Amino acid sequence: MRETLLALDGLTKAYPGVVANRDVSFRIGRGEIHALLGENGAGKSTLVKTIYGLVKPDAGTMTLNGAGFAPADPGAARRAGVAMVFQHFSLFDAMTVAENIVLGMDNPPSPRAIAGEVRRVSQLYGLPLDPERIVGDLSAGERQRVEIVRCLLQDPKLLIMDEPTSVLTPQEVEILFTTLRKLAAEGTAILYISHKLSEIAALCDTATVLRQGQVVATCDPRQTAPREMAELMVGAVLQSPVRAARPEGPVLLRLRGLTAPAPHRFGTALKGIDLTLRGGEVLGIGGVAGNGQDELVAALSGEMPVAPGMVRLAEAEVGDLGVNARRAAGLLCGPEERLGHAAAPDMTLTENALMTGVGRMGLDRRGFLRWPAARDFARKVIAEFDVRTPGPENTARSLSGGNLQKFVIGREILQAPRVLVVNQPTWGVDAAAAAAIRQALLTLADRGVAVIVISQDLDELMEVSDRFCALTDGRLSASRPARGLTVDEIGMMLGGAHDLEVAHV
Amino acid sequence: MDLSAINPILLLASLMVAATPILLAAIGELVVERAGVLNLGVEGMMITGAVCGFIVATATGSPWLGFLGAALGGALLSLLFGLLTQFLLSNQVATGLALTLFGLGLSALMGQSYLGIRAPAFPDIHIPLLGDIPVVGPIVFQHDPMVYVGLGIVAGVWWFLNRTRGGLILRAVGENHDAAHALGYHVRRTRMLAITFGGACAGLGGAYLSLVRVPQWTEGMTAGAGWIALAIVVFASWKPGRLVLGAYLFGGVTVLQLNLQAAGVAVPVEYLSMSPYLATIAVLVIMSTGRAPGSLGRIFHAAR
Amino acid sequence: MIVLDKRPQPSRLWSYAAPVLAVVLTMLVGGVLFAALGKNPVAVIRTIFLDPLFSEFAWFYRPQLLIKGAPLVLIAVGLSFGFRAGIWNIGAEGQYIIGALCGAAVGLALYPAETRWIFPLMIVAGAFGGWVWAMIPGVLKVKFGTNEILVSLMLVYVAESLLAAMALGPMKNPDGMGFPGSRNLAQYPSAANLELVAGTGLHWGVVAALIAVIFAYVVLARHIFGFQVRLAGQAPRAARFAGVDPARMVLICMGLSGALAGMAGLFEVAGPAGQVTIDFNVGYGFTAIIVAFLGRLHPVGILLAGGLMALTYIGGGIAQSNLGLPAAAISLLQGMLLFFLLAVDVLTHYRVRFAARKVA
Repeated sequence: MRETLLALDGLTKAYPGVVANRDVSFRIGRGEIHALLGENGAGKSTLVKTIYGLVKPDAGTMTLNGAGFAPADPGAARRAGVAMVFQHFSLFDAMTVAENIVLGMDNPPSPRAIAGEVRRVSQLYGLPLDPERIVGDLSAGERQRVEIVRCLLQDPKLLIMDEPTSVLTPQEVEILFTTLRKLAAEGTAILYISHKLSEIAALCDTATVLRQGQVVATCDPRQTAPREMAELMVGAVLQSPVRAARPEGPVLLRLRGLTAPAPHRFGTALKGIDLTLRGGEVLGIGGVAGNGQDELVAALSGEMPVAPGMVRLAEAEVGDLGVNARRAAGLLCGPEERLGHAAAPDMTLTENALMTGVGRMGLDRRGFLRWPAARDFARKVIAEFDVRTPGPENTARSLSGGNLQKFVIGREILQAPRVLVVNQPTWGVDAAAAAAIRQALLTLADRGVAVIVISQDLDELMEVSDRFCALTDGRLSASRPARGLTVDEIGMMLGGAHDLEVAHV
Repeated sequence: MDLSAINPILLLASLMVAATPILLAAIGELVVERAGVLNLGVEGMMITGAVCGFIVATATGSPWLGFLGAALGGALLSLLFGLLTQFLLSNQVATGLALTLFGLGLSALMGQSYLGIRAPAFPDIHIPLLGDIPVVGPIVFQHDPMVYVGLGIVAGVWWFLNRTRGGLILRAVGENHDAAHALGYHVRRTRMLAITFGGACAGLGGAYLSLVRVPQWTEGMTAGAGWIALAIVVFASWKPGRLVLGAYLFGGVTVLQLNLQAAGVAVPVEYLSMSPYLATIAVLVIMSTGRAPGSLGRIFHAAR
Repeated sequence: MIVLDKRPQPSRLWSYAAPVLAVVLTMLVGGVLFAALGKNPVAVIRTIFLDPLFSEFAWFYRPQLLIKGAPLVLIAVGLSFGFRAGIWNIGAEGQYIIGALCGAAVGLALYPAETRWIFPLMIVAGAFGGWVWAMIPGVLKVKFGTNEILVSLMLVYVAESLLAAMALGPMKNPDGMGFPGSRNLAQYPSAANLELVAGTGLHWGVVAALIAVIFAYVVLARHIFGFQVRLAGQAPRAARFAGVDPARMVLICMGLSGALAGMAGLFEVAGPAGQVTIDFNVGYGFTAIIVAFLGRLHPVGILLAGGLMALTYIGGGIAQSNLGLPAAAISLLQGMLLFFLLAVDVLTHYRVRFAARKVA
């Protein structure tokens, strides 16, 4: 049995209308890699924020190294030896790597010494970094390295990692795991938060499963079947999406040498993308965030017009058309960011339904809006996609992530698209909603619609795609049939981890 | 018209004086904006500083105490803005405008019985040796002390932002307040301090107008100087060094048009007095490429 | 310890109650201020807010309410579109002046011709002048990304200089014996913005303000453009995804607010003010910003807020002459009103909770 480093006893934290954590207790040993497993909204974030001093518990205690532990702020947690790598990076784009690292330390060495320190630690753990570079110019993987190096420079006793692999290629994940195992071997405890069961089985010694704020099980992930853990996490038996065999339809979307400059300082340029898509087909586009996904969606939706011939819908050139003209022609999109891009947070669902549906659903008459018709459309989306909300007059912001995602995807599907492009359709969505969304996309394809699913979740892409291709640095690889692709092959398509090296153990 | 009546040395010398109020207000606003807050109330804080400084200086007979009072007045008014935007989470644009309208009314009320009085004298200092250098001496080294205090504040702000941990934290808060909060920095506290500093600097700038440049109190005497200061912060791309350049450029235009007026150029005075504002617009058009702090003007609410 | 929780939806109750609460708070704090100035606070508040409506001379003041309120409402309705869309035209005062100058120029150029087309032509010229002046910051923002707040404001000072130049130069009354200021348009029937019903204060500007309110109401509630304006302000990225062109939005909102402000200027210069003088503008362009916010950027709200603000102008004037209240106290009161509104608005969007500090 390992010596206990951190013990949590009866932690409870309630917010108005929701109990985020209810009587959570478990122990983390020295040198242990401990998984914290749970769905979105299960209370994982609140729990780690409590340990990191960002949230004060309503009840319960923590013990670190045998002494009471109640950090007043993250600084206090860091001084006690707790470090954290955030899911949405806590980085400052316009600042250098060195400045970012200094900001995460309480007693930083002098500015001159820091560069040397960064080089030393990054060499030691195989995480190369240039201290002088501007963080906004780095790839997602490199940005994560900044966060990890920032933590490692403080010799933490406990390292918290919140969903660290969601932005990494399979090879980068392997290297991260090597680093983490080395750290654990040196005696650092790691609290590893994820919902990816295969990773947890490969990496972790112990797993604590949270559901609706409560600990439902503690198990050894190497001994427990993934299916069993999944059911513990979700609390129900899940069904895999069903895919019918579909006849090959006519070519509906054709991209020819789609090229566009980066739209902003930290954006990605699109470089000569070629693609042919037939009706009834689901094309999965994989890739690590920041490789041109947003730009590709913008070029397809019309938010970023390009040369006319670069995008063809059936035979028509639509590359230079605006958003509304493309919608009218049947090319519909669902962007990644739900709040603020796909939906206006403070507007009602009726207004959000109107937002993209006004043209195709005939919700206006010579510019004058038909509010009753818009309300009916919103109701229809709510009913057909099982959106849990009191009604169409509620704001988008009041919905949970999964429900809002069902709403915005459903809104596009009900407009009967010819081609539908979705980016990260199940990001941050609970398992039941994710399954429903994937099923809806497949059903749409069964009806002869051409579907593009852009995602960083390879499991998802394997589940829904007929063909697969990879987007790296604004370039799209040739497509391959999805069936029978191995993780290694996908990894090679994603460009691998060419600038990484395995830790020098 | 007699252009030879314009003495180039005097013109360049008065340029530094004309630029100082703008420079003072702008350096304060620069710090505020680097912390991620857009305070459009500079004009209101400046004019409040102008009247506070004038009242204190005439009451005590000491211009120095006047400047102190102006800094306090400006800072107090800015705290109102801070309270609203940082604690009551109001819209920064609207609140800044309210601050300006409020400050204009407040200063007019406070200054009623001070109209037409002259401020106590604030003599120029003659810096030994340096002041005796021909040409350069009178241009650069023979001004009142506030000219140098202003430049000192700019240098201090540069040092603070680029060389100290406090400056690094302030920039971090302005760049990404959510990340700064996640790392445990006090976003609100940092911003309140920055806002107060900005208010104090704007107050000093206003007092420089009422105590040195004019020197008396008239209603609405800032005449858009606070807005020009805001423009110069944009021009400077939020960098202290370029702020000096911007303020002196503006001071140059102002002084030149005043000299042209005095020289009796055949253009009506009204057209000449437009030139500083037109120059500011031109500057904004030419220099609109700088990258603003990432969180500028956004409301910070620490959720969950 | 006070904690703010963001409401899932803005509170309907508070969005109506907040302006009322702000007015009450302004009266209270204003009362304290007046007491500090050595006046009887109750008397001053009554003079400002009630006397214009209910005193024995109310017959004289009530028409003033329309005369002062109309330009405020007209300008504020225009501004409200931009403010909703996140486009900050702060220079309405400048557009107001230029509109007045352009409109007056037409009238003065045609003097002393008498045809019924002169006044409509002046209205068009006034709107055009304001539109042009507002398009300068609009176009610069679209082409160069300059900040419309600063440019529109700088143009106020330019417009004021231009006004001075005009009043002392080209527009000076040739029969004015050297006094600054133009001919009196109110005494030139074809160009005058006359009272439509004697003794009511109802002039064409009031009609225009009412039309603007109705127009804005219909557009915001029923038309796709109003929807796009709201969308652009609340979620700019979502607006682009919904096919809203941000540049077009800037130009339309700036142009609309400029044209209405210009029109307001023309109505003022051809009616209540009568002539172009160095200081015929009294800051309606800035006060209209308060009116727009106090009215919640809603046309009906703006109508009420414009009335209230007009009341403070008239009541302030009475208090000035009867009670010796300084004029500055009124502008301070108006600034305070906006402050309090912004402060109590927190209740509309957040729920306030008093959380006891727990001992862990």
